[in-house]
Amino acid sequence: MKKHLLAAGLATIAIPAIADTPVLTVLTYDSFASEWGPGPAIEAAFEKTCACDLQFVAAGDGAALLARVLLEGATSDTDIVLGLDTNLTGAATDSGLFAPHGQTPALSLPVAYDNPLFLPFDWGWFAFVYDNTKLATPPTSFAELAASDLKIVIQDPRSSTPGLGLVMWVKAAHGVGAAKIWADLADNIVTVTPGWSEAYGLFLEGEADMVLSYTTSPAYHIGAEEDATKSAAAFSEGHGMQIEVAGKLVSSDHPALADAFLAFLTGAEAQAIIPETNWMYPAVTPTEGLPASFSTLITPEKSLLIPEADVPAIRDSTVTEWQNSLSR
Amino acid sequence: MAKQPVPLTASLIGLGLVLLTLGTALVVMVNGNGLLLIGADLAALRFTLLQAALSAVLSVTLAIPVARALARRKFRGRGLLVTLLGAPFLLPVIVAVLGLLAVFGRAGWVNQMLALSGLPPVSIYGLQGVVLAHVFLNLPLATRMILQGWQGIPAERLRLAAALDLPPAAQFRHLEWPMLRAILPGAAITVFTICLTSFAVALTLGGGPAATTIELAIYQALRFDFDLGHAGSLAAVQFATCAVAAFVAWRLAPSFGFGAGLDRGYRLAPGGWRRGADALAITLAALFLLVPLAAIALRGLAGLDGLPASIWPAAGRSLLVAVPSAVLATAGALMLALAVARGGQRWLDLAALLPLATSGLVLGTGLFLLVQPVVQVSHVALPVTLLVNAALALPFVYRLILPEAQALHRDYDRLASALHLTGATRTMLVTLPRLARPLGFGAGVAAALSLGDLGVIALFAGEAQVTLPLAIHRLMGAYQMEAAAGAALLLVVMGFALFALFDLGGRRAATR
Repeated sequence: MKKHLLAAGLATIAIPAIADTPVLTVLTYDSFASEWGPGPAIEAAFEKTCACDLQFVAAGDGAALLARVLLEGATSDTDIVLGLDTNLTGAATDSGLFAPHGQTPALSLPVAYDNPLFLPFDWGWFAFVYDNTKLATPPTSFAELAASDLKIVIQDPRSSTPGLGLVMWVKAAHGVGAAKIWADLADNIVTVTPGWSEAYGLFLEGEADMVLSYTTSPAYHIGAEEDATKSAAAFSEGHGMQIEVAGKLVSSDHPALADAFLAFLTGAEAQAIIPETNWMYPAVTPTEGLPASFSTLITPEKSLLIPEADVPAIRDSTVTEWQNSLSR
Repeated sequence: MAKQPVPLTASLIGLGLVLLTLGTALVVMVNGNGLLLIGADLAALRFTLLQAALSAVLSVTLAIPVARALARRKFRGRGLLVTLLGAPFLLPVIVAVLGLLAVFGRAGWVNQMLALSGLPPVSIYGLQGVVLAHVFLNLPLATRMILQGWQGIPAERLRLAAALDLPPAAQFRHLEWPMLRAILPGAAITVFTICLTSFAVALTLGGGPAATTIELAIYQALRFDFDLGHAGSLAAVQFATCAVAAFVAWRLAPSFGFGAGLDRGYRLAPGGWRRGADALAITLAALFLLVPLAAIALRGLAGLDGLPASIWPAAGRSLLVAVPSAVLATAGALMLALAVARGGQRWLDLAALLPLATSGLVLGTGLFLLVQPVVQVSHVALPVTLLVNAALALPFVYRLILPEAQALHRDYDRLASALHLTGATRTMLVTLPRLARPLGFGAGVAAALSLGDLGVIALFAGEAQVTLPLAIHRLMGAYQMEAAAGAALLLVVMGFALFALFDLGGRRAATR
């Protein structure tokens, strides 16, 4: 640690001395890079094959990633951005900073997804998670939830990617009826938090009966805590999806290495790491199947996703509709 | 003696603060498409002003009886209580919110008790919750500022009042009210400005999008819209609001002085029902501030077992940033306060307030834009954090020192000058001993604030620069809520220990 501080103090001087092995810089969100996320295992596995130094740089959540890349612009040291979702890829495409990935893995997503610039590495369904020892019959649709006395915590679509995902889910499921759904849900919403972790924390503290999270959240409690008390409620209108993608920057100094990493990311080894570290479905289901903790999860009958090309045009109006319906 | 010119160092510090705050906002703005505000910003501004004004007025009003009681009464554990009461102010926001929810939330202790008594539950979510949380966070600071005012009334004046057998109403009129009129505007504007940039508290406890603050609009502009012009403009709105509030405070606060005393300890401690009222004020404040703290401690104890090994280097890094930045903030604040007390220009006073009105995200983004073309940002994460934390903590230290620096100048400048006490000798013999109390308290606040701050590091940190607040954030993001609560307890204990160390040191070194 002392060495890093020194390096920090001396800024640039200390670094180029060890520059023989190429450094591949992957910008990702906090929980991917953290010691509980997939980052460390993927780094170790990839470095065995690449004769390179893979460095994860963490920057907040998915939206923060895009903001960071746009801030850095063409002078970026980043080679790969990992962790955008389809609500952000439209704006990312428009930036002109991303290069084609050239990969053609056999994806196991429930919807077709093919984007020359962005490669899916995992995905999930949004869902309301509840404690099954306290709630025996969960609601089966937004309308039923709105008609109930149940209290929910959600995230703000203006500061959180799951929050934006929820607003898009309601829009995809109900179209022009979305405003009414939100108006009816207003008295169920205890509060709106800045990010996922605050909302999930409030739910675990008992501040709400349900929280917006993922259908895979119960797998964490089963797999890591041997706690089967959390379940996700299945909604009959279908569930909004989040597809998480990685992209290569045009300005990358190591394009071949970046390609190798993207191929590795959708390969069997990395895909097997993802489910029980990122608690999402792998983009390519491993041949040995999903881990046991995923076996009791609900499987929505219908997957809803607003086409990524449409998002930029409707995002602002959809968020405003959410805001107006709840502020009334 | 004629008005002395403002020393160069004070001017440079003032200039540095202006550049760091207004300068970075300007950098953000010009990197976007210039000045831009939209209709929704007006609603955000309205809510921001409303909650900040309510929070400031309530914090300061409630602080008056508490500070008076603490100034008048002597009891076992008073010193410890005064130090403990400083703790809420030092909590990281999310920790404070969870502590408050454990008491006032839907499943909190208050509602459990109400349910047992068959009463309807109360809801914390809404404007009331936002104000409650802000009062919880800022009542201690306001109390300490006002307490210092009370302690600044020389014992000779109190003895005179007692000798003249002045009734309490007359004592209030001649001694306490002039002091309050001079202290309250500064205390209120400090709390107001802190609440101006509230984001997570306002949103989480606000209960919905009606509780949108300017800071949230900034977040949205930077993160989702990537509209730098809009974000910079919103930051300018925050600065303008802060400047207007500062001018109002200057107009309201007259300069006053009791003259020098001989530092003999003396308390006015009226008996009868006033004794009971003081005890009540202290008890209620202690309950309000300490019960949520107890909840935080209870939640955290369970998580201490599950702390990952990486938490310790993160804690060490946080300390390495916090202590130097506290020293830097205190030295800077002292120089500014001395210059302003000597009759320095008003702009220095405003410069010392600007960091309070700064949006951490805009400041970080501006610095990022400036630094990134020159060096890789993760290499300078810790130095930048240290500097920024020092700048952001400076206003608190400055506000705490200023009234005493003014009194020092009024009471001792002529004597010291007549004795040809200058430079280091004067600093060692007069300035530091007379200002030890606010300096210690201020340095403690600065150290703890810097320890708990997450604002700027998040934009810059690489793998090797994770600090304790960032580690807590990452634990929460990885479903590890219990470990996060344990790490938060660690942060609170560390922050509190640092704070107590500086604060007690200052009080020990004080000559009165």
